[in-house]
Amino acid sequence: MVNPFSRHDSTRAMIDRYRWWELICIYCGIAVFLFFMLAPFLEGFLVSLKPLEQLFSSPYTFWPENGSFAAYRTMWDSVPMFALYIFNSLLISAVSTVIVLVLVVPAAYAFARFKFKGMGLVLGGFLAVSMFSGAVLLIPLFRLMRTLGMLNTYWAMIIPGAAFLIPAAIWLLRTYMMRIPPELNEAAYMDGASQFYTFRRVILPIARPGIVVVAIMTFIGAYAQQFIFALTFNSKTEYMPLPVGLFAYFGKQEVIWNELMAASFVGIAPALVIIFFLQRYLVGGLTAGAVKQ
Amino acid sequence: MTQSRAAWYFAWALLAPAVLYIVIIVAWPLIETVRLSFTNASLRRTYDYVGWINYQKIFDRDFLEIILRTFTWTFFSVLLKMVIGTFGAVLLNCAVPGRHVFRLLTMPPWIVPMAIGIFMWGWMYNGQFGMISGLLQRFGFVDGPVAFLAYGHSAYWATIVTDVWIGVPMVTIYFLAAIQSIPRDLYEAAWTDGASRWMRFRRITMPLMAPAVITMSMLSLIATFNSFDIIWILTQGGPSGETTTMIIDTYATAIGSKKYGEGAARAVVICLFLSLFCIAYFRMTRRLAGTDKA
Repeated sequence: MVNPFSRHDSTRAMIDRYRWWELICIYCGIAVFLFFMLAPFLEGFLVSLKPLEQLFSSPYTFWPENGSFAAYRTMWDSVPMFALYIFNSLLISAVSTVIVLVLVVPAAYAFARFKFKGMGLVLGGFLAVSMFSGAVLLIPLFRLMRTLGMLNTYWAMIIPGAAFLIPAAIWLLRTYMMRIPPELNEAAYMDGASQFYTFRRVILPIARPGIVVVAIMTFIGAYAQQFIFALTFNSKTEYMPLPVGLFAYFGKQEVIWNELMAASFVGIAPALVIIFFLQRYLVGGLTAGAVKQ
Repeated sequence: MTQSRAAWYFAWALLAPAVLYIVIIVAWPLIETVRLSFTNASLRRTYDYVGWINYQKIFDRDFLEIILRTFTWTFFSVLLKMVIGTFGAVLLNCAVPGRHVFRLLTMPPWIVPMAIGIFMWGWMYNGQFGMISGLLQRFGFVDGPVAFLAYGHSAYWATIVTDVWIGVPMVTIYFLAAIQSIPRDLYEAAWTDGASRWMRFRRITMPLMAPAVITMSMLSLIATFNSFDIIWILTQGGPSGETTTMIIDTYATAIGSKKYGEGAARAVVICLFLSLFCIAYFRMTRRLAGTDKA
């Protein structure tokens, strides 16, 4: 009995079979590539283990001699506000994510389901927003924040930051919602459901996985990219997010590098946890809407 | 479904909050920037309209040099991102054990707060204590310490390398997705006909990846042109202006020197360039979509 799939399977197996030297080349290539991607983290980690005297000694030593995790303890004393900086970063990202979702979920549904005159133009407008960085708009935004009395508050960092997260979120969620069959809307309409009821009771529950992906992506983006607004619109130490707060390790005379690196690793821990646990969502989320569109 | 009047109201009601938000936070400031570029606004409460003076001032100085530098900096950065991204995507697409872990390991530069990655590069570039200078000395490539951020030429390339490092993960993952969406039958047919691995890459992967490369280089061009955090943290545009791009120049003028009017004029010039890229991008995607259908 011949298995109809056997030829196909053997082709697949053969096509993916590498000769030994090909395997070596592939692994060497991957090693070089990953070294470039991870070298700063490796160096940063080693620096965080080295005592300060060893750091500032010549010649350069790659491996820490009598390294310890001491910096991970002392960093909390050198910059007592550090825990607050992490909290600020997480708070700013969380509130930004909520704002983005509240605005984007209805908008993405509108773009996915309705085709009215002018909507293509509006979608293009949203996408164009992502082309302008905050740096270009700093002056009027600064004046706007000052007028609204938001300078030196969390809002000065949240509100402008959220605006630049909206385009990508709309694009991603629209792609997801376009896959929801329109027949569902028709069925709900036949049953006498209002537009709002259909959106609230039929669409939202089905779209929940997509919304989760968008929420994760937005949160990561908000966590990774908070710098320029925090640098410019806030000068109060107690509201500083992590990237700006880390400058506190730059002392008057010298930078406490081992503690700065230890603090950096504590600061990126949330992001690494997210990568680890949500990798499945992540790869899908990062690429959806990009290739197939 | 019925596209009734009620549906029309409903659709626009769904869009309204997001549109309003963008109009207030992005569109209106954009218009304000143009208006302010014709004034002598500063920290003072009042200001006057001064016509084209801010623009004349820009082109008086070495602004052309800054524009040129911005373009070469962006060009090299995007080029390297594309080359390394393609290299990474092709390798990570190989069906070797451990590929899922390798794919995951490319992500950190993209996911962690940018400022933190940049701090780490700042240390690596340090002449006395950094890894790069240290290893170069150890292996005898250079005699003494090399402070990469202290000299114009090396600072220029150092900021590019860091920018590439942050940009490569997204490019790689995007290219990987593009490669994986190529129908497998093509490879199997070519394999059956005896095409070598290189031949299959050259004649199948490369042409079918091309649209993704074009799209990505446009998006990357726009993002790189706007790059601020890296240069600001590493060099603040120095030494002696050798890493000052248009964004850095605008920030230094507007926020550093508090010359809002002059800064706004510089921002307008940036916006003009970005609009050109934007139009080129939409044109290109439309053309690519057209060839797909044909």
